[in-house]
Amino acid sequence: MSAYIQNFKRFQPLLQELVSRDIKIKYRRSVLGVLWTLLNPLFMMIVLSVVFSNLFKYNMDNFPLYVMSGQVIFNFYSDATTSSMSSIIGSASLIKKIYVPKYLFVISRVFSSFINLMASFTAFILVMIVLRTELHWTMFLVPIPLFMLVVFSLGIGLILSAITVKFRDIMHLYSVFITALMYLTPVIYPMSLLPGLVRVVVQINPITNYLQMFRDVMLYNNLPSVQGILLGLAEAAIAMVVGLYVFYKNQDGFILNL
Amino acid sequence: MEKKIMIKVDNVSMRFNLSSEKFDSFKEYVIKTLKKQVSVEEFWALQDVSFELREGEALGLIGLNGSGKSTMLKTIAGVLKPTKGSVSVNGSVAPLIELGAGFDMDLTAAENVYLNGALLGYPRKEMEKHYNDIVEFSELHDFMNVPVKNFSSGMVSRLAFAISTIGTPDILIVDEVLSVGDFRFQEKCEQRIQAMIDKGTTILFVSHSIQQVRRICNKIVWLDHGHMKRWGDADEICDEYERS
Repeated sequence: MSAYIQNFKRFQPLLQELVSRDIKIKYRRSVLGVLWTLLNPLFMMIVLSVVFSNLFKYNMDNFPLYVMSGQVIFNFYSDATTSSMSSIIGSASLIKKIYVPKYLFVISRVFSSFINLMASFTAFILVMIVLRTELHWTMFLVPIPLFMLVVFSLGIGLILSAITVKFRDIMHLYSVFITALMYLTPVIYPMSLLPGLVRVVVQINPITNYLQMFRDVMLYNNLPSVQGILLGLAEAAIAMVVGLYVFYKNQDGFILNL
Repeated sequence: MEKKIMIKVDNVSMRFNLSSEKFDSFKEYVIKTLKKQVSVEEFWALQDVSFELREGEALGLIGLNGSGKSTMLKTIAGVLKPTKGSVSVNGSVAPLIELGAGFDMDLTAAENVYLNGALLGYPRKEMEKHYNDIVEFSELHDFMNVPVKNFSSGMVSRLAFAISTIGTPDILIVDEVLSVGDFRFQEKCEQRIQAMIDKGTTILFVSHSIQQVRRICNKIVWLDHGHMKRWGDADEICDEYERS
């Protein structure tokens, strides 16, 4: 175990370099550079709020914010898992040549997505201020759902990246799955709209739980329920343990399939 | 006094499954399983190779194409896990990343220095100390802010060589990188490797150029179709190899 930790420490600089590379490359050759990480979600949210406050009107306070919060959370999950899925394949040339702990590539992708999440979160707060919504003290509890979401996504990312090395078409399947999953998460519709059975399915979706906690603390001045936290923690832990197990079991075979 | 054993290769065998078993997609897997086409065709890239390398020695791996040299290096670098047997390595290994495989083509040379340094396990601060040395050695003063994709292959390998040979790693793995670059630069690289040997670095060298091997190495492992044909002092095996 201590050997693993030492190895991780040795390669920690690499993790930093990989994350900063991801961010740099994304905005290379753009005039505003890294500022785009903030501008991109901000523009996105302006579009959303215009669309949703004029076109679709559910009987609900602050519907634009409701949709935006859903987008912030879901986009992170989708971004983190999709990009970690291709992380191992994308680093094939490196993995073939030198020894690097392979989970680093997955972690770096999830970290980069997390930085984007932070940017869109900042944009979200800016929009809240512009729309003059009340900012609640419970906002400071937001690390709780975010932490669980990150761990959960990392676990799923590990599983996906390991499987994708063997079966490339998982990538195409997963993009369909992500679309389906978005509709099974209350991103653009309120939970109260759902009929019985669908509601149960949506409630089972782990991201629903994280999203609800996020909305509770950000928009509704509610403390997250103990039940919700425990369930969320359990789901994150399971995803992480299964992810590590699958990844660990398969990692020596990666090079043979790359 | 006996010198410390740096690398010990113990009865290493490496098996690959050939194409008939390889499938990229889930669909193929299902179809082939149903049709019972998943036959495993084995290929032994290495069989029962054992040797050891002591501190300060320079070992050359020679053999024809496909004799398993690169596979051997990869198992030592920890990239491949041997199917049978074991490899134990004492100390830090600096692989001379073949033609800059560790480079991200979209990043500039300067950024790649840090990225590559991190791949070798050096933190940014440490790399800053070596930065000037790297620029100096690779002779790329004017090109450090150019994306590497615009580099010629010679420039890439010069940079790669300069990065991998910073500091004093315990073990340096050199895999045919010296075959690129012009004559003058090759000489410079050899000098640097020689300097590292003098400082006590253990070298593992692969090349098709028997003259180079003769100049740099004092031990040789001769591989032939995955089997170890000879292991011993450089001169006599080089002679024998040239005659064969």
